[in-house]
Amino acid sequence: MGSAYATAVQDLIDALGRLPGIGPKSAQRIAFHLLKADPEESRRLATAITEAKERVGFCERCFNLSEGPLCTVCSDDRRDAHVVCVVEEPRDVVAIERTREFKGRYHVLQGAIDHLQGVGPEQLRIRELLARIGEEQVAEVIICTNPNLEGEATALYLTKVLDMPGLTVSRIASGLPVGGDLEYADELTLGRALEGRRVVGGAGAGDPAAG
Amino acid sequence: MSLYRDTAVVLRTHKLGEADRVVVLMGRATGKLRAVAKGVRRTGSKFGSRLEPGSHVQVQLHEGRGELDIVTQAESVEPFPRTREDLSRLSRAAALLEAVDQVAQDREPAPRLFDMLVGGLRTVEERNPPLVAAAFYLKLLSVEGVAPEFDRCVGCGDEDGPFALLLERGGVHCRACGSGRPVTDEALAVSRAVLGGGLNAALALPEGTVTHEVEALATTALEGHLERRLRAVRVLHD
Ligand SMILES: [Zn+2]
Ligand SMILES: [Zn+2]
Repeated sequence: MGSAYATAVQDLIDALGRLPGIGPKSAQRIAFHLLKADPEESRRLATAITEAKERVGFCERCFNLSEGPLCTVCSDDRRDAHVVCVVEEPRDVVAIERTREFKGRYHVLQGAIDHLQGVGPEQLRIRELLARIGEEQVAEVIICTNPNLEGEATALYLTKVLDMPGLTVSRIASGLPVGGDLEYADELTLGRALEGRRVVGGAGAGDPAAG
Repeated sequence: MSLYRDTAVVLRTHKLGEADRVVVLMGRATGKLRAVAKGVRRTGSKFGSRLEPGSHVQVQLHEGRGELDIVTQAESVEPFPRTREDLSRLSRAAALLEAVDQVAQDREPAPRLFDMLVGGLRTVEERNPPLVAAAFYLKLLSVEGVAPEFDRCVGCGDEDGPFALLLERGGVHCRACGSGRPVTDEALAVSRAVLGGGLNAALALPEGTVTHEVEALATTALEGHLERRLRAVRVLHD
C-alpha cells in the first residue's frame, strides 16, 4: 500500500495508529486535527507526553503508576497496610479508588495470565506480591482481577499460591450489573449471582447466605 | 445487509477500541471467522461471558462491509462451568483452542474439526484427563493427514525397534537408520493407542512421567507441522 501523504504525516498517522483503541481512521482524524490546530496545542500535547514519560514510573512497592519511588496510596500512612487489593492494571486502582470503599493498599500485577498469548505467572508481578505478604505483615488479600477468562485464570492461580497460614484470601463477588435486566444476564453471571446471594429476610437475615 | 447464523466455539478474542472485542470463532458451517462484538467489555453487555474463549454458542452475525462481520446475538449452547473454575482445565481447554486456531483456515468449513473441538472441550469439562491435549494434537495431525509414524522406522520400515524419535522426519527411527531423541516404549505404546483404537484407555491414564513424555512428543509433532511454537501448553506447566 503506497502512502498518499508526505512522510512526516504518514509517520504521525502510523504512530497514532499504534496507540491502544485507535484504528487507522481515528489515527488519520487525529493527525489532521493536530496539523490544522494551533501549533501551541500540539506543543502542549508533546510536552505533556514527554513530561509524563520522564516523571512517571512504577511504585517500588505496588507497581502502580507513581511520580516518586512510592505511589500516592503507598505513601499515605492512613492506609491499612494489612489489607492488599490485587489488580491487573493501574487503571483498576483508579476504578476502585473511585468507590471510596477500600482503605488498604494495592498490588498491580501489570497483566493477567493469558494462555493464548503465552503470558504465564512469571511475567506478572506475582513474586513481588508473595514477598510483600511477609514483609508488610499482610493479613488479607482481596483478588480484584477482571471477571473475564484471563482474570479468572489469574485469580485461580493466586488462590493456589496464596494458600498460607494466617492469610485471608478473598475474591470480589461477580454478579449482575446494577441497572441491567435479569433476562439479559448470561448463564454464568446469573449462576454466580445466585451463588453469592445474601439473605435479606427471615431466620437467616443479617448473615451472608453463602460461605 | 445480510444476517446468518452458525454454531461456533470462540477460539480467542482481542480488544478493539474502547469497549469492543474482535472474536475469532470456529463456526461449524462457516469455518474460522473473525467478527466484532460491540460493547462486550462493558460490564452490562448483553453478551456477558458468552463470547469468551472456549464458549460454545449459537451466534447470529451480520455481514460487515469490511473483513469483519458483526455479532448481533449469542446464545449459550453448552456452558462449561467447571472449566472456568479450575486452572488445570482452563489450561487444557486453551491448548485445544490454540491448536484449532492454528490448523483451521479462514472461512473454510471444517465440521469434523469443529466436532472434535467440542468433544475435546466436553472431555476437559467432564473428566479433565491428563492426556487430553496430547491426544487432541495427535488426532489433529491424523485428520490433517500427517500423523507421525510410530509403528515402523521411517527409514527402512523395520517394525521391531528399538526406536528413537525423529519427528522432523515424520516418526521413529531404528538404530540402523541413525540417531534420534530417546523415547520410552510406554510413551510409544500410548501414542499408538491414541492414533489407533485405544483413545479411551490413553485418556484414562493418570498423570505421570509417561503422560508428560507423550505430551512433550505430541507438542513437538504439532509444532513441527505448524512450524510455530505453541503457547498454551507452556503456560503453567509445572
Ligand atoms: Zn504503591
Ligand atoms: Zn530403520
